[in-house]
Amino acid sequence: MTEKSFPSPYDQAPAAGAEGWKDLYAYNLVFQQNRREVEEGKFWFCDSQHWPTVTKPFETIGFEFAVSCLGQYNTRHLLIPPANGIEFRIHNGYVFMSPVGVPESEIAARVPEFMARAGHYFQNWDGLLEQWQGKVRGTIDELGALNFDALPDRVDMGDVTSGKGTGPNNDLLAQYDALIALTYRAWQYHFEFLNLGYVAYLDFFSFCKEVFPGIPDQAVAKMVQGVDMELFRPDDELKKLAKLAIELGLTGLFGNTADPEQTLAGIEAASRGAEWLAAFNAAKDPWFNFTVGNGFYAHDKYWLDHLELPLGYISDYIGRLQAGQTIDRPVAELVAERDRITEEYSELLSSEQLAAFEGKLGLARQVYPYVENHNFYIEHWTMGVFWRKARQLSAMLQEQGFWPDADGMFFLRRDEVREALFDYVTGWAVGAPAIGPSYWPEEVERRRVIVDALQQQRPQPALNTPPAVITEPFTLMLWGITSDQIKNWLGDSDAPEGEFRGMAASSGVAEGPARVISSSDQLSEVQEGDILVAPVTAPSWGPIFGKIRATVTDIGGMMSHAAIVCREYGMPAVTGTGTASSQIVTGQWLRVDGNNGTVTIVEGHSHDLTLAGDAAVQLEQALDGPVLEGSHA
Amino acid sequence: MTTAPYIQFFDGTDSPRHELLGGKCASLVALTQAGMPVPPGFAITTASYDAFIAAAGIEQDIHALLANLDADDVAEVDRVSAQLRFEIESRPVPADVRADFVAAYHALQARFSEPVPVAVRSSATAEDLPDASFAGQQDTYLWLSGIVDVTEHIRRCWASLFTSRAITYRLKNNIPNEGLSMAVAVQKMVNARAAGVAITMDPTTGDRSKIVMEASYGLGELVVSGLVTPDNVTVDKIMLMVVKRVIGDKHAELVPDAANTGLVELEVSPERRAVLSISETEITAIATIAKKAEKHFKCPQDIEWALDRDLPDGHNLLLLQSRPETVHSSAAKADAASPAPSNGYGIESITRSLLVQAGKAPD
Repeated sequence: MTEKSFPSPYDQAPAAGAEGWKDLYAYNLVFQQNRREVEEGKFWFCDSQHWPTVTKPFETIGFEFAVSCLGQYNTRHLLIPPANGIEFRIHNGYVFMSPVGVPESEIAARVPEFMARAGHYFQNWDGLLEQWQGKVRGTIDELGALNFDALPDRVDMGDVTSGKGTGPNNDLLAQYDALIALTYRAWQYHFEFLNLGYVAYLDFFSFCKEVFPGIPDQAVAKMVQGVDMELFRPDDELKKLAKLAIELGLTGLFGNTADPEQTLAGIEAASRGAEWLAAFNAAKDPWFNFTVGNGFYAHDKYWLDHLELPLGYISDYIGRLQAGQTIDRPVAELVAERDRITEEYSELLSSEQLAAFEGKLGLARQVYPYVENHNFYIEHWTMGVFWRKARQLSAMLQEQGFWPDADGMFFLRRDEVREALFDYVTGWAVGAPAIGPSYWPEEVERRRVIVDALQQQRPQPALNTPPAVITEPFTLMLWGITSDQIKNWLGDSDAPEGEFRGMAASSGVAEGPARVISSSDQLSEVQEGDILVAPVTAPSWGPIFGKIRATVTDIGGMMSHAAIVCREYGMPAVTGTGTASSQIVTGQWLRVDGNNGTVTIVEGHSHDLTLAGDAAVQLEQALDGPVLEGSHA
Repeated sequence: MTTAPYIQFFDGTDSPRHELLGGKCASLVALTQAGMPVPPGFAITTASYDAFIAAAGIEQDIHALLANLDADDVAEVDRVSAQLRFEIESRPVPADVRADFVAAYHALQARFSEPVPVAVRSSATAEDLPDASFAGQQDTYLWLSGIVDVTEHIRRCWASLFTSRAITYRLKNNIPNEGLSMAVAVQKMVNARAAGVAITMDPTTGDRSKIVMEASYGLGELVVSGLVTPDNVTVDKIMLMVVKRVIGDKHAELVPDAANTGLVELEVSPERRAVLSISETEITAIATIAKKAEKHFKCPQDIEWALDRDLPDGHNLLLLQSRPETVHSSAAKADAASPAPSNGYGIESITRSLLVQAGKAPD
């Protein structure tokens, strides 16, 4: 259909100053020169939904583990008839994916295998899922027990007298190996149920498309999606703590949440502060194992390690409660809306169709909570512990002089870290300085310059020639990469100037000023009534979703985090616009139509959002009007 | 019999009686009473027609002329038709009927700050007329102003009971001429910026989860009579989201003339033809009202709507007609039985869906 193509990775020069970037990554992750013909024969799309910025060498562990484990389940565990895994490469620092199909001749033979394997899981879903919880919690506990202290000057006397026979160097290496192995294990668990969740969803989805041709994707999502997910628990905990602070008369103590120690000490000293602190500490474990990012970057901040984040959100919620605002998600309305939608479609079906509809919906609803909740257990909780341990190790080696900054280790590949660690234990063993401190500081600096240079250039949305039609189920479901989306990227969209088209991910229409956010560090800039425009969002941005009117993202489908969260918060969202965040400017007046998937820049209606004081108040008052429809009934 | 009123306002409290109001007016009363935004107006009831015929003393003449008429004798039918229509259109309306009508007309006009033009439409009571089984509508006269003009067209509506086509239809279907009557709707004209129809199902597939609307510039008459190619928009009925839009050519629009004394057909500029005649917000509003009508009448509906350019946004959508969608909905039931959707659930149907999605279905 489309004759245009995306550029070949072989024809793209790296950003200035990023020459030699390929050496930062393992050989198998980059497009190798002698494989040009093979690699150009495949269509690659950039997964900026999960990896919106350049991945440092150590951070490739995220996509290597995640995407290979996804593939492992399709290809080897479940034998999904038409789909194997997804190949991945890194190009100019960004992650690209290419789905691997199953040869036509092998599909039929996989069908009975798939039915037996997947069938077993569907039949024993609850029991297996309970077991899964135990496995994941156990893995997190094992990760949590890891410790990367510097080696002692001498072996403990007790180890000598007990005849242990090995030194702490041995344990240190083993702990590092365990860090990697446990995380790999967790990522396999991640996909143990996820793909099944998607195929059950897909079955219900296909049925709806068949009996109600053209039914909006969002309708299907709304019927299946739960409203009270563990993924929303962290934000809900903050709201409870805000209410408790008001109840206990502690609201005056949240004036300087940027200093969590002082804030918590102040609360502790207050008359009913102990009660609140007990609730705060109970909520922390596990619900503050929550990242402002998506779990794939070493610099992602987790609430648990940055208590100023949850305390700031709590302070925000207190302010909104005191201003008489509602901070709770409209759960009752969401349930009522879900029931209404389900009922109205059901009423149109024959009794035979209705039985199939209810059966498929029932299964989809049973398996679907996992699709959302796993995210808390793996991306947030497991990866939170993983990065905390990795940072501990990096900081320990920094103290040993391996690199000048605490994050130096993340510029090494994980196998290079193993080498550096062996270098360190060798130096410790032989009693001579390790080589690393005279090798790595310069090399880390060189790599930092390259990563910074790569960061200056946005990735291509895709590479090479797209297929005429996208049929691979996971590409469609997980990434929302449809034939239309590709057309959009190629500039073939028929959208007029000043309009962006994407996926109608959450219904309703809203107008307001744009707030373009390219990283979670900018979240504090978001003001009441803004329309959030971002390359991608994370579930942990929940606390700001109470402030904004609508969300626009560059990438992501019906099941992307932004889409899920917006439906949960009952606000319009358009996802997968391709380029909105790089073309829209903060302050431009936007109209977001979540029913039709369009975002329009409304000319002659721009707002200076840098205004402070009474101007901001005026703006806020002005903004009280223009929500056209929240989410219609 | 004598207690039946000559006039019934759409927004009155009397429940709609079909034999008194005819199909069209009864529907307008029911819609108004259901809280739908129907342009204000009133019915001239069948009692008015009956009183007119009685006062004119022509009932026997009518029966005599129609007796022994051969439906296949086209010339003779035409002659009788012309004579009957002349009889009706030339007779005076009885004073009491006229007085009630004049009062009603003034009462309607009194609702507005300046005189408003009205539409006059016939409203048949039963299967007296062809095409009237559910439309209840035979003749429509638009943009009329003043008592004289309106009275003239009311009589024309009455006379339409005796068009050649109506006479032939009754003869061929053995419908007796005794007890024939006709009500007439007098309704404030909508100064339509855009107008059209909407069906609360997809008539091409029988899919009841859709609302399909047609829209064009100006008054809806050109859409209803098929004289323009309208925009065609499909909306998901449950989500109220647009799922398909096809822009029609809409080459002409029927709008009031410059002096506001009548209607004129104008050519639509290429720029306006190239875009949808209604906005996304208006699409949602039209779908909402169609859905409401369906819910009220408990079966698929075929509505006529208009956006009044004299009313503010958000209050400018008016419902002109809602009638059961009989043709397609009965056909659709038969259709729904034939395709075999992916029935069942669980692993077998999941496997099938995966293969279908990947285009690898084994048939």
